[in-house]
Amino acid sequence: MFRRARRPSPGWLVLPPLLALAIALPWAAEALGTPASTGLATRMAIYAIAASALNLVLGYGGMVSFGHAAFFGLGGYTVGILYAHWSWQEPLWGFIPGTTSLPVTLLAAMAVGGAGAALIGALSLRTRGVQFIMITLAFAQMLFFLFVSLKAYGGDDGLSVRRQGEFPGLNLRDAAQLYWLCLSLLVAWLLLLWRVTRSRFGQVLSGARQSERRLQALGIAPYPYKLAAFILSGMGAALAGALMANYARFVSPDMLAWTKSGELMIMVILGGVGTLMGPVLGAIALVGLEYWLAALTEHWQFVLGPLLIAVVLFARGGLMALLRRPGAPGRAQA
Amino acid sequence: MTAPLLLVEGLHKRFGGLRATDDLSLAVRMGELHALIGPNGAGKSTAIGQITGEIRPDAGRILFAGRDITRLPPARRVRRGLSRTFQIVQLLDEATTLENVALAVQAQQGHSFRFWRDARRDERLRQPARLLLLQAGVEPALWERPAGDLSAGARKQLELALALAAAPRLLLLDEPMAGLGPSESRAMTETLRGLKGRMAILLVEHDMEAVFALADRVSVLVDGRCLASGPPEEIRADPAVRAAYLTEDEEG
Ligand SMILES: Nc1ncnc2c1ncn2[C@@H]1O[C@H](COP(=O)(O)OP(=O)(O)OP(=O)(O)O)[C@@H](O)[C@H]1O
Ligand SMILES: [Mg+2]
Repeated sequence: MFRRARRPSPGWLVLPPLLALAIALPWAAEALGTPASTGLATRMAIYAIAASALNLVLGYGGMVSFGHAAFFGLGGYTVGILYAHWSWQEPLWGFIPGTTSLPVTLLAAMAVGGAGAALIGALSLRTRGVQFIMITLAFAQMLFFLFVSLKAYGGDDGLSVRRQGEFPGLNLRDAAQLYWLCLSLLVAWLLLLWRVTRSRFGQVLSGARQSERRLQALGIAPYPYKLAAFILSGMGAALAGALMANYARFVSPDMLAWTKSGELMIMVILGGVGTLMGPVLGAIALVGLEYWLAALTEHWQFVLGPLLIAVVLFARGGLMALLRRPGAPGRAQA
Repeated sequence: MTAPLLLVEGLHKRFGGLRATDDLSLAVRMGELHALIGPNGAGKSTAIGQITGEIRPDAGRILFAGRDITRLPPARRVRRGLSRTFQIVQLLDEATTLENVALAVQAQQGHSFRFWRDARRDERLRQPARLLLLQAGVEPALWERPAGDLSAGARKQLELALALAAAPRLLLLDEPMAGLGPSESRAMTETLRGLKGRMAILLVEHDMEAVFALADRVSVLVDGRCLASGPPEEIRADPAVRAAYLTEDEEG
């Protein structure tokens, strides 16, 4: 009598065919004579991971982090630095051996990103609103300048990762295989987020966004939950950064620049804040637009800016809101 | 006589030059419905805020069930059995009515570092939540609606359901009738009458009809201090109270 009928919404029905298309993409690219598309799709998948990670704190938890590039960069540099020490045959700090094994570097990147997020989050989450935006930005800038000053790892010029990461059973020099790896990790990451945002933890997180006072009055102190979400989010962004280092075979302080944080934020807002698939759409749209506009004109940024403003103004809720049937309930915490 | 459940002693709170709480002392006994009345700006909500821990007092102490809770964080006080409603409702407006209460139930079932199971289909949360909604008098037709869409009256009822989820030993109600129509007010009075005796209640309310119908004892707060405290008839007859508050209210 009380139960609401739960049929899968139309949105869920389009996911399997979309996934099939995504899997088939490298073959299609080959057949159509545009093998570069596979690389483009790889970047989309990587940024989709990073944007979804940001969305966990920004969209679900209401924490407007303007420093998520820090974790993206930490992930990238973990891969770069482990590679460098491997190539120099000289352990980091005398006891951490370098490696190019991808499972190891990805896990290490997530550990480093998580630790960075724990530290930055523990301090920043004591503040709210504009203060929180500024303090996360400040921490990211500190890390940015730290890596600029680390001459051993290339400083300003960055660090080349000359050897592709090794993954058992895969040949990652093959663009398609690297793409499938990134796609699999994206799907796994989205599944995790899908469960987490619906769990008890997710309810607390979404409660913290709506009213911390209410949460306190229910007997829940929001801070530890917000911090846990921030750490999980940092790990996701670091995973994306590590994949980007493998894809681009290069890391540089640009990965931690505030403009990168801004790009991640734009992807989330463009796609739809607080929705599972929104940041994925946002990443696809932004990476795609940058690519095609850059091919058309060198002043692509002047075209992109107004386009973004148009989406934000005319499609509140981002691309996800445009896709939903008009009249369908558009609850932010979906 | 047994020790009071809640004992407030010499509480002080200043906002700039304003003494919002000025040497306030107050006792709420086990199981009684204690009304706290006073004119606008008397410091009633500020007192509630200090008892629940949202506002830190400048001086004084608060004992709950014999233990000093003056420095205890708000969430921990809820777990000790002290819960409240807000004068200006604080709800999760995007969540449904039932989800609001389910989260309140969840708060009682230990920590929420549970990352995998779907909480929105968890009958261990939803079943108790439905009972609480019935207890607070929220219409079942509203349970699946976002809390932000509810009427002022239903929102007040939902606030009550959220506070009841903590199974409080002391329930602090900050103007539960404010903004309600006459019939909604009467319904709320009946709901509170039903709760009476099952827990101690500190009721802040301007609706004198409800106060004198429900209260076992009444305390009068004026300019941050407790002017008088006693049974309703005594308070009604107290000349000092009439001068400071009741007459003024009747004229206004
Ligand atoms: N955070 C604050 N900062 C400054 N002044 C405050 C603050 N909170 C309350 N006050 C002031 O303290 C006094 C007491 O306020 P309070 O809200 O406790 O009164 P009240 O008795 O609950 O009144 P009402 O019946 O209108 O709800 C008022 O003069 C109010 O303006
Ligand atoms: Mg008040």
